[in-house]
Amino acid sequence: MRYITPRKAAQGMGSAHSGTAHHWAMTVSACALVLLTPAFLFVVGHAIGYPREAVVAYFGRPYPGIVTALFVIVSMLHFIKGTRIMIDDYFNHTERKVAIIASTIFGWGVIAFAIFALAKMALVNIVI
Amino acid sequence: MADVNRGNRPLSPHLQVYKLPIAAITSILTRITGHALVAGILLLVWWLTAAVTGPRAFATADWVVRSWIGFIVLTGSAWALWYHALAGIRHLFYDAGIGLEIEEAEKSSWAVIIGSVVLTLISLILFFIG
Repeated sequence: MRYITPRKAAQGMGSAHSGTAHHWAMTVSACALVLLTPAFLFVVGHAIGYPREAVVAYFGRPYPGIVTALFVIVSMLHFIKGTRIMIDDYFNHTERKVAIIASTIFGWGVIAFAIFALAKMALVNIVI
Repeated sequence: MADVNRGNRPLSPHLQVYKLPIAAITSILTRITGHALVAGILLLVWWLTAAVTGPRAFATADWVVRSWIGFIVLTGSAWALWYHALAGIRHLFYDAGIGLEIEEAEKSSWAVIIGSVVLTLISLILFFIG
């Protein structure tokens, strides 16, 4: 028998006090992705099969370019936070830290490649 | 409070013999599809980047995208994306406290499975006729 209140016994055993912000961020990005997902599938489905010049011209236009940029950014931020849940479930200690860092770098890397490509396509359209 | 019942307590489900309920299968599939979508986004972002890199880079990426490997990855990704989206929408309802009863969760599980297959087929049809 420990002379300790149940509250005191539970203190420090669970919450990192940041779970609510994480959950809310997933909710917000999920709602955005409900709208972006069909739009992105239409946009990208339209472009597959085009020759290179047509692909560049197509994604250089505002609607396909903006939808693709938004989808990649929001989905990869959702991915980084989503993998974090899996990592927290299955990994501990150093492995967990390495996995979180790797997933974050990967997510932002994908965003950077996509935005570079889309920006270049939009600028090429201005030049010609 | 001692462990008087040691050795004779109910055991947690033994995963090798336990048949997962449909709600458990659809739940774990949400996580699996979410992570597997890495393949689809990598292929598409590679294809986009190759288009601004040069003709040869694009020819390679476009060949992969339009090959049978590309077809499998992209069709699989379309299904995974629809599945993850529908399961995610279900999660938003769960968060609001809706659909948490077992029968409701079983119904929504089938809705997510059937809905994702139907939406994938519609996507494929639209892709090939459009």
